[in-house]
Amino acid sequence: MADVILRVAGVNKRFGGLQALSDVGLEIERGQIYGLIGPNGAGKTTFFNVITGLYAPDSGTFELAGKPYSPTYVHKVAEAGIARTFQNIRLFPDMTALENVMVGRHVRTRATALGAILKTRATIREEQGIKKRSLELLEYVGIRKYADYQARTLAYGDQRRLEIARALATEPKLLALDEPAAGMNATEKMALRGLLENVSHDGITILLIEHDVKLVMGLCDRVTVLDYGKMIAVGTPGDVQRNAAVIEAYLGGAHTNVAAKGEPA
Amino acid sequence: MRGLNAARGRMDTFIQQTLNGLVLGSMYSLIALGYTMVYGILNLINFAHGDVLTVGALTALSTILFLQAAFPDMPGWLVMLTGLLAAIPVCVVLSLVIERVAYRPLRNAPRLAPLITAIGVSIVIQTVAMLVWGRSYMTFPQLIPDAPVTYGEATITLTKLMVIGLSAAVMIGLMLLVNRTRLGRAMRATAENPRVAGLMGVNPNFVIAMTFAIGASLAALAGVMLAATYGVAHFYMGFLPGLKAFTAAVLGGIGNIPGAMLGGLLLGLIEALGAGYIGQLTGGVLGSHYQDIFAFLILVLVLIFRPSGLLGERVADRA
Amino acid sequence: MSDFFPRLRNSRTAVWAATALVAAVLVLLPFVFGQMGNAWVRALAFALLYIMLALGLNIVVGFAGLLDLGYIAFYAVGAYMYALLASPHLTANFPWIAQTFPDGLHNSIWLVIPLGAGLAAAFGILLGAPVLKLRGDYLAIVTLGFGEIIRIFLNNLNAPLNITNGPQGITLIDPISFGAFSLAKTQSILGIELPSVHLYYYFFLILAIVTIVICIRLQDSRLGRAWMAIREDELAAKAMGINVRNVKLLAFSLGATFGGVAGAMFSAFQGFVSPESFTLNESIIVLAMIVLGGLGHIPGVVLGAILLAIFPELLRHTVGPVQNFLFGHVIVEAEVLRMMLYGLAMVLIMLYRPKGLWPAPEHGINPSNRRVAGKAQAG
Repeated sequence: MADVILRVAGVNKRFGGLQALSDVGLEIERGQIYGLIGPNGAGKTTFFNVITGLYAPDSGTFELAGKPYSPTYVHKVAEAGIARTFQNIRLFPDMTALENVMVGRHVRTRATALGAILKTRATIREEQGIKKRSLELLEYVGIRKYADYQARTLAYGDQRRLEIARALATEPKLLALDEPAAGMNATEKMALRGLLENVSHDGITILLIEHDVKLVMGLCDRVTVLDYGKMIAVGTPGDVQRNAAVIEAYLGGAHTNVAAKGEPA
Repeated sequence: MRGLNAARGRMDTFIQQTLNGLVLGSMYSLIALGYTMVYGILNLINFAHGDVLTVGALTALSTILFLQAAFPDMPGWLVMLTGLLAAIPVCVVLSLVIERVAYRPLRNAPRLAPLITAIGVSIVIQTVAMLVWGRSYMTFPQLIPDAPVTYGEATITLTKLMVIGLSAAVMIGLMLLVNRTRLGRAMRATAENPRVAGLMGVNPNFVIAMTFAIGASLAALAGVMLAATYGVAHFYMGFLPGLKAFTAAVLGGIGNIPGAMLGGLLLGLIEALGAGYIGQLTGGVLGSHYQDIFAFLILVLVLIFRPSGLLGERVADRA
Repeated sequence: MSDFFPRLRNSRTAVWAATALVAAVLVLLPFVFGQMGNAWVRALAFALLYIMLALGLNIVVGFAGLLDLGYIAFYAVGAYMYALLASPHLTANFPWIAQTFPDGLHNSIWLVIPLGAGLAAAFGILLGAPVLKLRGDYLAIVTLGFGEIIRIFLNNLNAPLNITNGPQGITLIDPISFGAFSLAKTQSILGIELPSVHLYYYFFLILAIVTIVICIRLQDSRLGRAWMAIREDELAAKAMGINVRNVKLLAFSLGATFGGVAGAMFSAFQGFVSPESFTLNESIIVLAMIVLGGLGHIPGVVLGAILLAIFPELLRHTVGPVQNFLFGHVIVEAEVLRMMLYGLAMVLIMLYRPKGLWPAPEHGINPSNRRVAGKAQAG
């Protein structure tokens, strides 16, 4: 029985008249790279937001590394060990890249206000440790030279890397990435793929939402496909790619009534 | 026998305080409407609204005093009416100037900026009022014959009745304006989504200006009513009513026009009844000069437990 | 020093020289101003109290981004606490207290400062806990409400039990003394005769410097980063595991602490407190100081406090005579002019220089600026 990092089952979420998620769940094993895909509006980010505590689900069970957790408070979820990035990149724009990552260290460090005021040796030591680790992480994602640059002046691809570095700073058990490759060109995507493979080799489990099918196929060990808030396929990328329901969801059929050329509507 | 009289006394107190509450509440509603409309469209607390009220009351007072000196035979109600009609345009212009000079340039600035500006504007208006009209409390003349109408031990004057009646009429008029006219539709659309409203041909600047103008007129009316009811006017008179009216707007649901009306009436009733009974409620520890606290307490409690207010907030967005 | 003037950092001697210069000026200031009368030295002492207040509010508004319009309430709490513990009021009104403390209520400064800080912090937590989750402008109004509620209570808690003595306030408050060394008497230090007001000035100067150091250390710490993160993007901060509620509460109560200590000092200095000193206008004045000076920037805040504290003194001494000279009588009193200018300043600053007179230099490198700006916080 492999080590299950995240086990989620029976998640339902309704927004007014819209059933955004119906009985969605997944199981991610340690060290896997798990993909969550589906057409636009399928509920992927909603699911992300539920498991990370931004939205309260109507129902569902949640277990992280064997321990049940309740996704009610966003910061507690991070404390428990899920770190996420955002679809629209949410860095701290006026802080430097280094400071952004240092904020990521907050949850694993303990210096108090009193320690800061009195400048105790323990506090100073911890600060030095924070800075050292943050620089290491910047190096790891490849943007060490931008450490002292304002975060919003970084190139788009570098900003995404920074967000990942910041998330890694929280020492997560699960790294949840919401469309990390959005807006990237082919070269940048290759580099991202390399980075994520490194992260995975270094023992961190990854859950990612992605639209780029090629990236998902090449990167993910397992995939869940959502459509209209329901799971329509679960399995290896290869299995899922050949699944008829998945093909229909992505390419049309039930979604549109536009007839193919020459055929009756 | 004593018990029956005591019961009747309690009932009279209740009726008296309820009537007082309605009077107070009507005025709060008028002021609250100004806050709620501006907040609905701009997401801005118009801190200077209470001071517009002050200027309205003081302008009316000056006009009335002038008329009384120049035309001593003019009937009281006409003097009052003229005073009011003089106050309204002054308030409207003042309000439009504030919007244009202090708020419009900051429409896209972080939330803190227009709030600080609003506070600054409020202070400037107060000090200018202090310079123009002096620091002392001025008597507002009794222009409406005040034959009290009695019910048991409870009395109400003509002035107070007029406050209630006039406020009701104005509020009905406003509801008609907002719901049945083109301008009202434009206002509601701009409140929901200014950019789309703009795409539909609504000029947001014009709508915003009209919103401020209407709010200012209501404030002028409320200011005159306050001065006439309590017989006194001074440069700081708008501060507390303004703050309480804001509470009323929040209570009813900020951005919600019927909410402001409801909130105003409720707050007035709570304050009046509270002031009447606080002595008994607290066993004599707190006296009626604590009545101002009611509004603040309600404000705090509503914002903590039900920030969307009674009738729901139009803008749903949390810190 | 080198935090304030990055260019100086390059020369250690320059830093030392500048610091020595500033220190000399600060020490000699009361003697210079004293030539014009003790009122000026009093003004300097009050300016130092305002600096403490402004720095305290800066933690709340500038560091954590929470708009507090009722900050003066903490000043009031500290002031009244000291007043009650170090004046004849309680012993005069409550016989059982008079019996317990036959020599009257007097309290050592070493007790008062921590007590004032603690009480204010407690109030900060009490007031802050329910409301810090509110959106910016709502929080502003609620805190305004709290400030007013406290003032109303101070004004009315003279019946049935006379706790605060109502609008008349509490008088005959003990001055600050260190054992036998009282700041209310002229003392001789190093052979120089220092009148009471000078002594208070130096004491407040020390307190102000301590406050500045504390603020700098907080800003450059894990907590300071958390505050900045919350200001920039609260949701992202939460997603990184920051307990936003507690961190905000910490800012609120730390700010309150400074207010409380300053309040106790004010009480002792003035010898008398009444609810009139703690109105909404005072809260707004402190806010104006940090907005004018440079929100979130410690040197800016200090500058703003000094300007807006000294300015009324200047006005008082010039406005009257100038108007008398020009018009034969005073048209606009100094007090009124002062408030009007405060209001105008707030509007103009927001419109034309929203970051303040002395804003914080940009954090980090911005390549489009073609210069290395500021010092990175962690660098």
